[in-house]
Amino acid sequence: MSPWQFLADLTNPDLAFLPKALTIAVLSAIMCGVVGCYVVLRGMAFIGDAVAHAVFPGLAIAFLFSGSLVVGGTIAGIVTALLVTVFAQNRRLKEDSVIGIFFVAAFALGIVIISRAPGYAGSLQQFLFGSITGIPDRDLYVVGGTAIAVLLAVFLLHKEFVAITLDREMARALGLRTFWLDLTLYVLVTLAVVMAVQTIGNILVLALLITPAATARLLTDRLAAMMALAPAIGGACALIGLYLSWSWDLPAGGTIVLTLTGAFLLAHLAAPRHGLIARLAA
Amino acid sequence: MTAALEMTRVAADLGGRPVLRDVDVRVDTGQFTALLGPNGAGKTTLMRAALGLIPLRAGTVTSGSAGYVPQRHEFTWDFPASVQDAVLSGLVRRIGLFRRPGVAHWQAVWDALDRVRLTDLRKRPVGELSGGQRQRVLVARALVLEPAVLLLDEPFTGLDMPAQETLTDLFADIARERAVLMATHDLTAAAYTCDRLILLNRTVIAAGPPSDLKDPEVWMRTFDVGPGSHLLKALDLGGA
Repeated sequence: MSPWQFLADLTNPDLAFLPKALTIAVLSAIMCGVVGCYVVLRGMAFIGDAVAHAVFPGLAIAFLFSGSLVVGGTIAGIVTALLVTVFAQNRRLKEDSVIGIFFVAAFALGIVIISRAPGYAGSLQQFLFGSITGIPDRDLYVVGGTAIAVLLAVFLLHKEFVAITLDREMARALGLRTFWLDLTLYVLVTLAVVMAVQTIGNILVLALLITPAATARLLTDRLAAMMALAPAIGGACALIGLYLSWSWDLPAGGTIVLTLTGAFLLAHLAAPRHGLIARLAA
Repeated sequence: MTAALEMTRVAADLGGRPVLRDVDVRVDTGQFTALLGPNGAGKTTLMRAALGLIPLRAGTVTSGSAGYVPQRHEFTWDFPASVQDAVLSGLVRRIGLFRRPGVAHWQAVWDALDRVRLTDLRKRPVGELSGGQRQRVLVARALVLEPAVLLLDEPFTGLDMPAQETLTDLFADIARERAVLMATHDLTAAAYTCDRLILLNRTVIAAGPPSDLKDPEVWMRTFDVGPGSHLLKALDLGGA
């Protein structure tokens, strides 16, 4: 399918779900790209994965009671993030163990809850791997509002997030409230992830968080550039991925993730200073 | 002389275990003081107690503004930050929540970089610095707040001799106008360059100018070694 045909489909009123899915995919990719920079730099990919899985019981409950998936997922994700932050203050346990306990527990809870819903196999697949149909109009406003809130929070707290990432010990010595900053960051990760869960799916959403930020890191040594590149890469890959999935009738989530992976591999090969080609040529 | 840091009968625990007991420490402005003791003696705990990072079990700490230089491995060196960005992170509280750095903040950063002679490298990514340069970045990050007392936690670990000597000169220079307390395992360098030594093993075993600490017995007690130890020979205190 040519890009023109894709554009025509996007504006076709009979296919109204398509521009909605595209808007949500691109907005959530931008959010995930920005927040993902901290996730990648702090080496906390695991908590991103955990939050992504932890939103599942919230989705299941919302589905069961026909509530908003976005609201249900957000609440479940934030509760899990809070539990991880509180339990990780115990120095005897490493953070990754605490995360390992709570995210699997949350996911298990989701499975148990959704098994109570009639005909759950189909909805389960939709949650796990995403779907571009059946997104209510209301979600567009929720995702748009959340994107503004997340980006504003990142803009306002950027130097504090940098300080706790650079050196926690020093940040504490300076009197920064590391507990509240950690929690805020986890909540931002949760919000970014939840917005993406519907289109990309619970399992694959981690790619939106990690891959664009990691790709941007390969391309630059400057944080400001990285935080501009990551959402640009994420947004562009969401667009290209959705186009490819629409053209070839492939699952949207999987195609977007594979597009992102392609961008990462390309950067790994051809990055200006640290890419394979640059290093071989040097 | 005025005390920039004074700890009186301080006790502190780590994970429920007693680490420091009855610690009296005084560091004066204009003094370069070394904190010496074996691993597990409580050197880092003493600094963290001085900074208010851990609760005291007993005793009091009176301190002017303190600048902290933690061990080098605490810092995320692969972070995409330039040297001046890293130093600026020391000002995060002074700049204030929701605010951006102003001209005065950048001026303070450049002054601190000038002080540690890193001005030429101020735009270099921190990941590309040598060990000695990294240590100077951390010192500049502490100096940017113009602290009354500078606390250095094992700044020489993993550095070669030239880097150590450059840093020692820098610290001695800084100590002219501030108080400097440095935890280190380099006993001979400390005895040679520092104004005062504090021998710590859970409590202060002895303290004073190097010339007053010629009794091998206090060194043997601090480091838990016998009279035949190389340590005493290296310090020129006899030994077999």
